[in-house]
Amino acid sequence: MELLQDYIAFWADKYASIFDYMLEHVLISLTVAIISIVFTIPLAVWMTKMKSTKLRSFIFNIANIFQTIPTIALLAIMIPIFGIGFTPAIVALFLYALLPLLRNTYSGMESIDQEVVEAAKGMGFTSFQRIVKIELPIALPYIMSGIRVTSVYIISWTTLAALIGAGGLGDLVLAGIGYNDTFMIFTGAFLAIIIALILDFVLATVENKLIKL
Amino acid sequence: MEFIMELGQYMIANYQELLNLAWEHILMVAYGIGLALLIGVPLGVIAAKVNWLAPIILSLVNILQLIPSLAMLALLMLYFGFGFKTVVIGLLFYSLLPIVRNTYVGIKEVDESIIEAGVGNGMTPLQLLYKIQFPLSIPFLMAGIRLAAVIAISVATIGPYIGAGGLGKEIISGISLQSDVKIYAGAIPATIIAILADFILGKVEQKSKKRMAA
Repeated sequence: MELLQDYIAFWADKYASIFDYMLEHVLISLTVAIISIVFTIPLAVWMTKMKSTKLRSFIFNIANIFQTIPTIALLAIMIPIFGIGFTPAIVALFLYALLPLLRNTYSGMESIDQEVVEAAKGMGFTSFQRIVKIELPIALPYIMSGIRVTSVYIISWTTLAALIGAGGLGDLVLAGIGYNDTFMIFTGAFLAIIIALILDFVLATVENKLIKL
Repeated sequence: MEFIMELGQYMIANYQELLNLAWEHILMVAYGIGLALLIGVPLGVIAAKVNWLAPIILSLVNILQLIPSLAMLALLMLYFGFGFKTVVIGLLFYSLLPIVRNTYVGIKEVDESIIEAGVGNGMTPLQLLYKIQFPLSIPFLMAGIRLAAVIAISVATIGPYIGAGGLGKEIISGISLQSDVKIYAGAIPATIIAILADFILGKVEQKSKKRMAA
């Protein structure tokens, strides 16, 4: 009971800075998510159209290697190139998010029945129209679930961005380790999980709405 | 170019220490995954056998995976103190999801007709599990171990923040000393270990699949 009172006092004391950390966290995660969606989905669509299987598996292998590199190692490798702070964190997390998005979009586009595509061709659709009006809507469930899974991961990875000075809830956890302060560590972890769960729920709702359309 | 020379010199001069850190890194991961296997495989089997427990077990290990790694290690540190042991427990938690899930899926995927044949031969449910379902689920389990290893190697790099060793030590002291050479001297071996583990366990996985097919 006393613990709860202490914890409420902790919030009352620190809510402004906790809110700042949270905002920073969301900002980093959203930037990474948007950049990776804008870049990766066209890339995946292009990969389904390319003739050379060698180039395709080369891109997949590269994305796979980025995914395999330990998170801090990738973040730290960015420091000599981009310095510390926001930019290196964005770049590293973007490279990390490549594979899950790429794989989901690609398998979504691959799952499309070729007869549908043929029918569209027969109706005189250009290849661009085919992609926008037929293929992307059909692949949408796959693409959306890729976006959902990746966004939840990004929230979790962003916590590590604090290690290279990008801020976010990881800062709260790091400060907690430094001061040996349970409340700080707990709050940082708890909020990151809550954000991830809310995002998962919101994107799942959007996904269901879009699929019903 | 100059930087590569400098890095090479540093790594050669400190190779003994780097080797020790790498060994410690691998040891943490091995202990973590070993413990995760001891706990995760029975959990996966229970989830596959007891229908009402499956959603509970699976969502529990799923939530463990959602906890940011830095926060997980920090919270564990509060209860288990600084050092090696705490990181191993953290790695155990992180490796649980792929191992439990893949054991579960592997057992569920076993063909009904094979199980029927086993029952027809008079096998008890326990014999069925030991002699048919579990051996047939091994390729899935291997895929889970591979995933778990890559995740664990990554999480173990954070270990130095809670007082453990491992290659993260070099990276983190590089970040705080602003020494690019130190950062790369830690990051490159850590990356190589992760990629090698992924590659080797991938080969083992393929082999176990082939043996099943034969």
